[in-house]
Amino acid sequence: MIHFVLLISRQGKVRLTKWYSPYSQKERSKVIRELSGVILSRGPKLSNFVEWRGYKVVYKRYASLYFCMCIDQDDNELEILEIIHHFVEILDRYFGSVCELDLIFNFHKAYYVLDEVLIAGELQESSKKTVARLIAAQDSLVETAKEQANSISNMIAQATK
Amino acid sequence: MGSQGGWGQSKEFLDLVKSIGEARSKAEEDRIVMSEIENLKRRITEPDIPKRKMKEYIIRLVYVEMLGHDASFGYIHAVKMTHDDSLLLKRTGYLAVTLFLNENHDLIILIVNTIQKDLKSDNYLVVCAALTAVCKLINEETIPAVLPQVVELLGHPKEAVKRKAIMALHRFYQRAPSSVAHLISNFRKRLCDNDPGVMGATLCPLFDLIAADANSYKDLVVSFVSILKQVTERRLPKSYDYHQMPAPFIQIRLLKILALLGNGDKQASEHMYIVLGDMFRKCDLSSNIRNAVLYESICCVSSINCSTKLLESAAEVTSQFLKSDSHNLKYMGIDALGRLIKINPEIAEEHQLAVIDCLEDPDDTLKRKTFELLYKMTKSSNVEVIVDRMIDYMISINDNHYKTEISSRCIELAEQFAPSNQWFIQTMNKVFEHAGDLVNVKVAHNLMRLIPEGFGEDNEGADNQLRSSAVESYLRIIGEPKLPSLFLQVICWVLGEYGTADRKFSASYITGKLCDVAEAHPSDDIVKAYAVTAIMKIYAFEIAAGRKVELLPECQSLVDELSASHSTDLQQRAYELQAVLGLDARAVESIMPSDASCEDIEVDKSLSFLDGYVQEALVKGARPYIPESERSGMSNISNFRGQVHHDSSTHGLRFEAYELPKPSGASRIQPAPLAASKELVPVSEPTYPQEILQPASVSSVSETGPTEFKLRLDGIQKKWGRPTYSPTAPSTSNSNPQKTVNGAPQLVVQGAVSSQAHDVSYDSRKTKVEVSPEKQKLAASLFGGWSSKTEKRPTSTNHKTTRVHSAAVEKSQMPTAAVASTEQAAEKESPQQPPLNLLDLGDPTPGDSTASIDPFKQLEGLLGPSDVSSVGNSAVTASKSADIMSLYAESPISGLGGTVANMAPTNSINLTSGVSNAANRNVPVGSASTQVAPVKKGPNPQDSLEKHAVARQVGVTPSVTNPNLFRDLLG
Repeated sequence: MIHFVLLISRQGKVRLTKWYSPYSQKERSKVIRELSGVILSRGPKLSNFVEWRGYKVVYKRYASLYFCMCIDQDDNELEILEIIHHFVEILDRYFGSVCELDLIFNFHKAYYVLDEVLIAGELQESSKKTVARLIAAQDSLVETAKEQANSISNMIAQATK
Repeated sequence: MGSQGGWGQSKEFLDLVKSIGEARSKAEEDRIVMSEIENLKRRITEPDIPKRKMKEYIIRLVYVEMLGHDASFGYIHAVKMTHDDSLLLKRTGYLAVTLFLNENHDLIILIVNTIQKDLKSDNYLVVCAALTAVCKLINEETIPAVLPQVVELLGHPKEAVKRKAIMALHRFYQRAPSSVAHLISNFRKRLCDNDPGVMGATLCPLFDLIAADANSYKDLVVSFVSILKQVTERRLPKSYDYHQMPAPFIQIRLLKILALLGNGDKQASEHMYIVLGDMFRKCDLSSNIRNAVLYESICCVSSINCSTKLLESAAEVTSQFLKSDSHNLKYMGIDALGRLIKINPEIAEEHQLAVIDCLEDPDDTLKRKTFELLYKMTKSSNVEVIVDRMIDYMISINDNHYKTEISSRCIELAEQFAPSNQWFIQTMNKVFEHAGDLVNVKVAHNLMRLIPEGFGEDNEGADNQLRSSAVESYLRIIGEPKLPSLFLQVICWVLGEYGTADRKFSASYITGKLCDVAEAHPSDDIVKAYAVTAIMKIYAFEIAAGRKVELLPECQSLVDELSASHSTDLQQRAYELQAVLGLDARAVESIMPSDASCEDIEVDKSLSFLDGYVQEALVKGARPYIPESERSGMSNISNFRGQVHHDSSTHGLRFEAYELPKPSGASRIQPAPLAASKELVPVSEPTYPQEILQPASVSSVSETGPTEFKLRLDGIQKKWGRPTYSPTAPSTSNSNPQKTVNGAPQLVVQGAVSSQAHDVSYDSRKTKVEVSPEKQKLAASLFGGWSSKTEKRPTSTNHKTTRVHSAAVEKSQMPTAAVASTEQAAEKESPQQPPLNLLDLGDPTPGDSTASIDPFKQLEGLLGPSDVSSVGNSAVTASKSADIMSLYAESPISGLGGTVANMAPTNSINLTSGVSNAANRNVPVGSASTQVAPVKKGPNPQDSLEKHAVARQVGVTPSVTNPNLFRDLLG
């Protein structure tokens, strides 16, 4: 099971966090501090795994962003590495050549994507197509809702003028 | 589409994100966030905030929380937002609450009602959003509130909903196994779902269920094998391919399940031989995902009752992993090796140099993994080298968690395999010295037990030698500064017990040392206590031996100081010491016998020595003692309490309308009061009968069976009732078998391995050329212990018969397995065979009605049935781009062209090679997506330009400090 997902920039800034196991706010900060210290200082040729407090953390660097997932002792690290890549590919499709900036300003959208990829700490859907379709469906609904909201607020604005 | 046309948030928010991005220090970032929190606190409570504005506030709260600050003041607004009718707001609300709230947060109760409503929604997207929230938020207590609806959703027409519902049930199972115990048939049914996504999701709960109790699922072995076979034969829709691998994530889950089912079960294992053999056939280390599947196959082989041939293939792959340049693969190779040597220790031999390379690798992760491997293969011949290495490593690291782990491993190995007492004591000293107080307290206590008990041999001499060498080494060490407290305790205890035992050292010398210890650690009461007790023992032994004792002056001052100590414990010890000094030799000997720490102290529980006194008192007219249970008033009280508790256990939080009064069932009540009464009622034992009577009488009244809803409340914690959580009682049927099933076979395996390790030894082969002599030496000391006797392998004929047998078995049960076993010729034919039903469960399910048609093919649509088997590689890549197009063909939104076109960057680092391969061709697309014109592929500068333009609008420009922000993650 995946206990949490972290996206950390090379400078140690947090870009996204998702916790599938209960951690208090204090623990979360501690975990992030500890792990970013360990992971960011690792050399490029070393393995993508870190043993940490009886868990394993699998990380992978894309451009300047580190994607980290914390898993149990008996999980398959290589599989998690591919789950990370799967997630990045879906992000890439969704944002169109995703870059760190997309995730900085659209972190909530990245959360929606993540929610379709992982659920309750497990890979939910391994078909990129299915995931993309679902997110698109949600977004199209949101778009129409937005338009409606816009038109309503316009009307209100005009009415109150 | 996400980034097209700006980011859609207000200027204010973008400015916030930007300023955080530009913050130069953590302090500056914190300052910005704090002022944002103040700002939000003020604004969010304003009346009549437009909903759109509110949504943005919520997202800003998420942002603040993500950066590690507390945004709990806004949680309630996020909760309110989930109540909104519009999906846009609801989705934001759900996102925020799932990020904010842990499963036991008080606000969850306010969301349950909304979730209930949303689970019934007509809009499947609303249902999806609610299910995602269910997975995160629903705790044991609220499971019954949503369970019926989630179960209902298993039959929802949308696959996504079904999938999420299964995952939600899986989560429920993890939280409270008993809550979904009656739903197991549903999981079995969903395994036959036409949608591979749903089937794949079902494997998650099934894995947990099988891990808990493998025996009840043995009938599924054939089905799992058949599914795995079909997946590897590419029978799933191409959209499940990942980097040219057919549905690897599903394969991995299946392999994990098979590993559980085949563990210690020869018959079940035999069903898997063929499909596992096929997994190893195509063994190239080209793609990472293939390696992941290969590794999982090795794990499966090492867990099941495997054949020699499979073991050989697994060993072959392992050696390829170890030979690879990639650290990741080496790591996996070491792990795999650790699994395989449990079956056959010989396998490690050819990899000795690789293992040593890994041990000396600068990568800490790899090093630790290797230590784990060494730990598994330690035996008396190599224990010294391995433990020395471990201790050296332990000294070099700062990670306390790992230090604790490795130190306890060292100690375990030393206790188990120590070649000599001297070495054992020295090793212990080193571990204690360097790991300090990280060493588990139990380890210290173990050592204190081990020294008096000796190593179990009936050789007093050797034990005495152990003790005197311990005393000597401790006297040498004791003066060193900064010894950890735990170690000092051991030292004091041993010196007190055995310091003067062999008359090598005088009592005054030892007591002097002990006084020094107590003086050097004025703030450590425990050490002082150990020291003063040790001093007392030394003097007691002296007195008992009839020698004259004089208290050293420093001793006297210590005793004086301690008798005035704030700690009553220390005071008492000091007074005891003084009292002992005043006694005669005979008395001292009986209260402080020498070397008697292992003798059992007999406690007369019935206080029979008081019988005479009691008799005397009775004769004098005293009233006889009445046991508590027989006192009538008391039993009434306990009965009453049991009643109260029993009520509270049934009336927890309710989520349904009141039902008609009905006598309730008995089965659910019995365990709870039993377990709870232990906490509540002081006199637990005697009151049992009455408490059991209580539910029993209820049950005799009840005529209708227990309602389903109530059954599920078993073992669920009552948050607002009394804290009477009793997990063991109701769920025994689930949890206990798990322990026994999991534990037993493992024990068996370990036992077998360790005996093998001792008895069977192997020739150490000559190390290869071009290896430094140092390494060779190390290799020899690590692996050299195996000599001459080679385990006789099962003969090949034997192996063949098992194979044939397994094939025969499969043939009888399932036609396709037979097809596969008749080698390649048959494989070519297989497409012409009538397509096989994936779900050969032999269980009348809806899936069976489509028995003659492959369900996945029906789903596929894009590719005709003949394509599936014949197209091969080209189809794989082709389908990839087909996916992309058909996907966007269904949701034509402006600006999409750019997105798709830009998706595949030209410089293909192997990460995206799959995508870019597909992208570089213009593939004729299947019938479903013909309306889409072939899209021009390659990097689209226009798209990035647009993105940059937006970024600049916001005010973010690529600069020296953030050049990477604009770089494509996949580029």
